[in-house]
Amino acid sequence: MDYETVIGLEIHVQLLTQSKMFCGCSTRFGAPPNTQTCPVCLGLPGSLPVINRRAVELGLRAALVLNCTVHPSSQFHRKNYYYPDLPKNYQISQYQYLEHPPLATDGYLDIEVDGQRRRVGIRRVHLEEDTGRLVHPAEGAVSWVDYNRSGVPLMEIVTYPDLRSPQEARAFLLKLRQVLQYAEVSTGRMEEGTLRCDANVSLRRPGEPLGTRTEVKNMNSIRSVERALAYEVARQREVLERGGAVVQETRHWDERRGITFASRSKEEAEDYRYFPEPDLVPVEVTPEWLEEVRRSLPELPDARRDRIMAQYGLGRYDAELLVQTRATADFFEAAVAAHPSPKSIANWMLGDLSAYLNEHNLEIDQLRVTPGQLAELVRLVEEGTISGRIAKDVLVEMLETGDSPRSIVDRRGWVQIADEGALRETVEAVIRDHPEPVRDVQAGKEKAIAFLVGQVMRRTQGRANPALVQRLLRERLGLPPQG
Amino acid sequence: MRELVGRPYHEIRPRLGKDLSVRELVDAYLENIARLDGQVRAYLTVSADQARAQARELDDRLARGEPLPPLAGVPVAVKDNLCTRGVRTTCGSRILEPFVPPYDATAVQRLREAGAVLLGKTNLDEFAMGSSTENSGFFATRNPWRLDHVPGGSSGGSAAAVAAGEALAALGSDTGGSIRQPASLCGVVGLKPTYGRVSRYGLVAFASSLDQIGPLSLDVRDCALVLQAICGRDPHDSTSVDLPVPDFVASLEAGVRGVRVGVPAEFFGEGLQPEVRQAVLEAVRVLEGLGARVEEVALPTLEYALPTYYLIACAEASSNLARYDGVAYGYRSPRAHDLYTLYARTRAEGFGPEVKRRIMLGTFALSEGYYEGFYKKAQQVRTLVRRDFDRCFQTVDVLATPTSPVAGFRLGERTADPLQMYLADVYTIPVNLAGLPGISVPCGFVEGLPVGLQLVGRPFEEATVLRVAYAYEQATEWHRHRCPLLRA
Amino acid sequence: MRITPEVVERVARLSRLELTEEERATFASQLSSILEYFARLDRLRTEGVEPTSHAIRVTNVFRPDEVTPSLPVEAVVAMAPQAHEGFVVVPRVLEAEE
Repeated sequence: MDYETVIGLEIHVQLLTQSKMFCGCSTRFGAPPNTQTCPVCLGLPGSLPVINRRAVELGLRAALVLNCTVHPSSQFHRKNYYYPDLPKNYQISQYQYLEHPPLATDGYLDIEVDGQRRRVGIRRVHLEEDTGRLVHPAEGAVSWVDYNRSGVPLMEIVTYPDLRSPQEARAFLLKLRQVLQYAEVSTGRMEEGTLRCDANVSLRRPGEPLGTRTEVKNMNSIRSVERALAYEVARQREVLERGGAVVQETRHWDERRGITFASRSKEEAEDYRYFPEPDLVPVEVTPEWLEEVRRSLPELPDARRDRIMAQYGLGRYDAELLVQTRATADFFEAAVAAHPSPKSIANWMLGDLSAYLNEHNLEIDQLRVTPGQLAELVRLVEEGTISGRIAKDVLVEMLETGDSPRSIVDRRGWVQIADEGALRETVEAVIRDHPEPVRDVQAGKEKAIAFLVGQVMRRTQGRANPALVQRLLRERLGLPPQG
Repeated sequence: MRELVGRPYHEIRPRLGKDLSVRELVDAYLENIARLDGQVRAYLTVSADQARAQARELDDRLARGEPLPPLAGVPVAVKDNLCTRGVRTTCGSRILEPFVPPYDATAVQRLREAGAVLLGKTNLDEFAMGSSTENSGFFATRNPWRLDHVPGGSSGGSAAAVAAGEALAALGSDTGGSIRQPASLCGVVGLKPTYGRVSRYGLVAFASSLDQIGPLSLDVRDCALVLQAICGRDPHDSTSVDLPVPDFVASLEAGVRGVRVGVPAEFFGEGLQPEVRQAVLEAVRVLEGLGARVEEVALPTLEYALPTYYLIACAEASSNLARYDGVAYGYRSPRAHDLYTLYARTRAEGFGPEVKRRIMLGTFALSEGYYEGFYKKAQQVRTLVRRDFDRCFQTVDVLATPTSPVAGFRLGERTADPLQMYLADVYTIPVNLAGLPGISVPCGFVEGLPVGLQLVGRPFEEATVLRVAYAYEQATEWHRHRCPLLRA
Repeated sequence: MRITPEVVERVARLSRLELTEEERATFASQLSSILEYFARLDRLRTEGVEPTSHAIRVTNVFRPDEVTPSLPVEAVVAMAPQAHEGFVVVPRVLEAEE
């Protein structure tokens, strides 16, 4: 008998604010250790938190795009536990505790997997502060603490256990990242830690109550979430099929070995002693405020897809791919603005560019190529300055060097040969060296002409204008011009 | 210059820039500290050099003809749980012994801006937890009136400093009576403002929903002056309220004719020292004689206020004090070899017994299985206490009660029994639970120990409380008494 | 309410306080008598009474999302019991391991 997979996700998202959740320190990533700290985020005696209004508004944006119920009044709480990355030894969080609701609850996000539409329930959305960062140097019996990240605004999103496969979990994360990026709530990059995901996984016989779950942590990309979940599902299935029982535990994903393992460190039953944060007053969201936030929402993916279809005459499939990430859609529209050839630009982006991104595991805004440069490349092809074949090589070099296509073409001497005199010599040479195909062509096998065109292209390192070569060959071999 | 010491600021101020320099005033106080503090032990840190430098700067400004800021040259002492930039701030605890804050508390900054000169940091019960200043991690402060008696607490150092002429005024903090009770025991004026009136930014938290900073002074007028300087909204404290701050000094002399004074019977029951009872009731008669209307009111929840307070205060404290862990600042145990021992030994060695007791009590009250029965129950009773006060203030304008059930007690008398010590604050605690303004003013003596009258007002009606206290003070002579030590 | 030395030990662990045998016994008896006195709260009916967690009724106090100067790292390092190249140093924290 088969098992049903049940997955719920707990996602932490870093909010796109300039300053921290409760103090004015910068949230800029990558600063030297402890250079973005102050009495508040260091938890110095006497310091007090004050809520960043922007963080609340970004939380409300997320609540809206996730179709949640926003609570008119919510209160921050203290979650008490000791850890060196937590300077106060309590985390200020809107955790749902007893009668105190978090910012928003009970929403949903629709995803599509294999053409099937699925609705994934959102249990809650709440705000909290991030911890500092621990570094474990290879040598010595110490760890190092950097508090730059301490107090950076985080939003926690918890789903209901509605996901039924690792593929669905992946689709959900892609969709979530997409809407959060569009709403300008977060950059949503798992690789940089601005989106983090833990997963609860269990198996059950269909129709039966939920099985014992494990919590899987330490996944650093959407791809690794899918892999880790696939591993964990298979592992639990094996345990169950052997007649064993799944142990409720936290398991860590090891990316290199491709396995999850149970952490050895003893997990003491935690008692977080939540209580209302007396240093902060309740957050009250009036209908007017919520409406103001709703009006400020940027264009969301579905709306943008429809607009791109209408405005640029693209098909639904291509438009859907172009709005996959906000950065992709922005890139596309910027390129089209520089050179209005939406179809060619879309083809380049969804073809060569997208292959390159996948191969190197990059996001489009991490490329050295600008939208203007891609537009220029398309223009060079359309103007006949370079052939489409050469353009592919130019793009590779653009991606590697960041240089403009024009300068690459000039440097390499890749300007297309459109000089009949120069090409005629090559055509003659090719006909002389390949009597067999020439005979085939003359015997009526017109397809063989493609071979001869290819040979001319080869001898000119692809720089010949293919249409011109075709014409010259046909003239020389006494064929009528191509329809 | 001895004659300068022990006079209220409003008497001194007209002489500044004329026959008296700020430097002379500050020196007179520093000399008196040198003369008396070996016996009183009010100070943990005296910042004499900084004080003299600040005095010189003020004298220069005076010489240039700049206008006098409102507290120009007032030699002040600040309780050592208020952060002072560059001056060690210990909270009376070994765990913060090495701690030098990189910032000023808002109240301290406002004092400085008003021209006050910081003489140093005063002793307190460790983390403001206590009623006698015997819980200091360093040494006990003594009552300047009788050196074998406690000065009260936890702002015992600030109260003793003002009483002994070791500061002209002082800042204290009051979570359950820690300004008013030592003011009462040391025979000075002490005011706890409404919760939210004075920014808590830079006040090392004991119980965040109860703590307030307030002044201690020789008389009510000086109290109003200092309060004026430290009040008002601060963007660094979410709980500091954005309300206009009235001119407290200007409204002092409006008198008490027609003011309704409530006397809650429960505050005059069992446990009250008879002589204290007499002195306070006599004070109420004085107010009546000045035209106030006195009536009896009821605060039936008084007997529940003490447990309610300790559960809430300790719960908040258990979380507030979690940050003292030896990681980023303060004391770290040399016996720490892993994460757990870093925490558990640093805290075991750094905290004194009363602090440990309260952390444990608070942790217990918040822990799984006990939250509902203890912490939440206490929060609900807190609501009932507030309602009692609300009801009283429908018919009266201020309440008059004793500040402390006894005029004082000897050093060591109550240290063995924590509960006996807790009872020292039984009359001040309910005021914190309700977040109301309260003042203690001297109203008599029992065996050479001062007695305090507590006046409590509606939220943000400090002006009314001060006005009634001032009327009483002007009709009596208690505030002119100085301790024998200072007169010697 | 009787507080046993076992409860004291559990609470002490949660509070990160290393106690001696003697302290455990003293705290057990002191906390017991304090809680016994506090039991008077049980006489008061509080069903349906709203808990008070703030002394004032204020809501929506925010700060604008603006960056303000941080402390110089030297000040952070100066406060730390142990520091290394701008980091605060603690005894080794165990990472997840098999």
